[in-house]
Amino acid sequence: MKTFTNTLLLLLCLSFGAHAAEQVELQKANINPNDKASLLRGAKHFVTYCLGCHSAKYMRYLRIALDEHVDEKTVLRDIAPEGASIYDQLKSAMNKHDAEKWFGTQPPDLSLISRSRGPDWLYSYLKSYYVDTSRPFGVNNLVFPDTAMPNPLWQQQGEQHAEIRKTIWGGHTELELVKPGVLSEHEFDRMVNDLVNFLDYVGEPEKVNRESLGKFVLLFLLVFTVIAYLLKKEYWRDIH
Amino acid sequence: MKLNRFAQSGNWILDRFPLAQLWNDHMAHYYAPKNFNIWYFFGSLALLVMVNQFATGILLTMNYKPDAKLAFDSVEYIMRDVNWGWLIRYMHSTGASAFFIVVYLHMFRGIMYGSFKQPRELIWIFGMLIFVCLMAEAFMGYLLPWGQMSYWGAQVIISLFSAIPVIGDDLSLWVRGDYVVSDATLNRFFAFHVIAVPLVLVMLVFMHIVALHEVGSNNPDGIDIKKLKDVNGIPLDGIPFHPYYTVKDLFGVGVFLIFFTTVIFYMPEMGGYFLEHANFIPADPMKTPEHIAPVWYFTPFYAILRAIPDKFAGVIGMGGAIVVLFLLPWLDRNPVRSIRYRGGLYKKALLLFIISFVCLGYLGTQPATPTATLFARIFTAVYFGFFLLMPLYTRWEKTKPVPNRVTHHHSLLEDIEEQLPIIIEEMTELKPDRPEIGDDAFRGSFYSRRAKPGGVRHVATRLANSIKKSLD
Repeated sequence: MKTFTNTLLLLLCLSFGAHAAEQVELQKANINPNDKASLLRGAKHFVTYCLGCHSAKYMRYLRIALDEHVDEKTVLRDIAPEGASIYDQLKSAMNKHDAEKWFGTQPPDLSLISRSRGPDWLYSYLKSYYVDTSRPFGVNNLVFPDTAMPNPLWQQQGEQHAEIRKTIWGGHTELELVKPGVLSEHEFDRMVNDLVNFLDYVGEPEKVNRESLGKFVLLFLLVFTVIAYLLKKEYWRDIH
Repeated sequence: MKLNRFAQSGNWILDRFPLAQLWNDHMAHYYAPKNFNIWYFFGSLALLVMVNQFATGILLTMNYKPDAKLAFDSVEYIMRDVNWGWLIRYMHSTGASAFFIVVYLHMFRGIMYGSFKQPRELIWIFGMLIFVCLMAEAFMGYLLPWGQMSYWGAQVIISLFSAIPVIGDDLSLWVRGDYVVSDATLNRFFAFHVIAVPLVLVMLVFMHIVALHEVGSNNPDGIDIKKLKDVNGIPLDGIPFHPYYTVKDLFGVGVFLIFFTTVIFYMPEMGGYFLEHANFIPADPMKTPEHIAPVWYFTPFYAILRAIPDKFAGVIGMGGAIVVLFLLPWLDRNPVRSIRYRGGLYKKALLLFIISFVCLGYLGTQPATPTATLFARIFTAVYFGFFLLMPLYTRWEKTKPVPNRVTHHHSLLEDIEEQLPIIIEEMTELKPDRPEIGDDAFRGSFYSRRAKPGGVRHVATRLANSIKKSLD
């Protein structure tokens, strides 16, 4: 029995070890679907920097206005591109043919990207671009090597260089900011975080409702279960 | 006068339909052993989850489109634009996993207390058929969202048919209706998932219950309660199912729903186990995901499939892992039903089986590295060893005498109510505590509770000993 438990433990260690070796450690995004200001900033960043190529076709501008309790006119003025209607979906103007000519692939729809990749991955991905002259757009990414997307936020972030540090655990790459961008490092982190927060909201707009409804359902069920238990005890009083 | 009319029309129905008799046969005068424990909740819970799947499933079909071009979008439409659509979809997706959790526990109960033994072999067979149906239902339902994992999971599983010699390729083509998984596959899977399999499932569940009520329920002691009856012909250890077990199951339903709704409202993806992350990417026949893993409830069988080097042998192994379960009533040669009175040999074998099943389940979710495959092979051997060596070791084991009447064991809740204060008392000690500020009159009347190392050690040793003892 003892050897059995040991082999199990060994197995567990091996599987964790294998995981750690493969992946770059992700940075943690601060996701808060209740932070309306952050979501609105994120929406604006999305329309400004992402919508050129990526769509979020399951979202409409109206939904942003309704969910964040903002006036429809404000959404149209501050967030939506020129000439958009409040009922429009967040669709990109770039067509498939051009996309394949320019980038070699069609940029994916980002409605559910946060649910398939996870917010931490997105946050780390957007922050992990570095200069690599061998790539068509002159940049590469640590989190997603040989990504087809050029760094959309290069003006804000500036230029990062990759440096390989050798340690006893093997080589490990660190990114260093060599040319500062328009934003300071702290401001840039906040910008990316807002963007990821928005993408997470777009992934599941009902999340806030879901979580706030959950506590009432659980409260009801707790009361129900206690009553059911007392009822059971009462009925079973004569069974020995 | 009015009431009389009401009663009259009631009688009109009762004269033509044996409602009262049905109610009495299956509820009010169905005598169940009085010593059911926590393991006996899962049968009625399975029924509850099935009703949940039917109700939410019907609502989902009202907005779902079984079309390769529209399916993924229609699911997102349900999640976003249909009123309460997200709740209905999460109830259905969480319900699928809950169904398997409940059914696996229900089956384990059957193995543990020998519920499959004479005269309940047919109940076990019906139950196993339900399990097979459930797997078909889950597999086909998983294709419907038309995500990457839906698509490639189906691709992998259907291609297994092609491993069968001679007819394999034609068979998998016939199942798919195309050379790859496509719109044709989606449409037929929809038909099977929504109509064909549920219909069979309901009929099997009906037969499962009818067969159960014919011979009566087993119990944790594995005793035939019908042997000892009172003057009215009612089993001495039996109590009417209604109201005793209906109120008890109501409590079980409450506890179950607390877990169920916690998942629905706070962790519907369950860390990628109930809803896989890759399934939020629309199906793309040109892009294979890096790591294809089935949903957690299939992973033990998937691990067996991968553990066996030859593809066809793997398919046989995977099928065999389910077929041996059908044979259980004839593999177990020991007449004693309940684990309580069986020998240490069987208890240890069962423990090894549970460990191998859980570990195979874990390994099935992981990429197949050489080490993982080695372990999967060991656990596959243990899995089959448990069943195939059963005719031998169940004959050698030394069983304990089985009592005539059911025994009363404290339920877990009662145990906790009774034991917890004693254990806490033993594990901690009171030490005089001096208040920081205060006059001398209060000194010595402040105590604080600290953990006592000796007591903790004592409790831990006792726990370890009782576990060891229960295995002998």
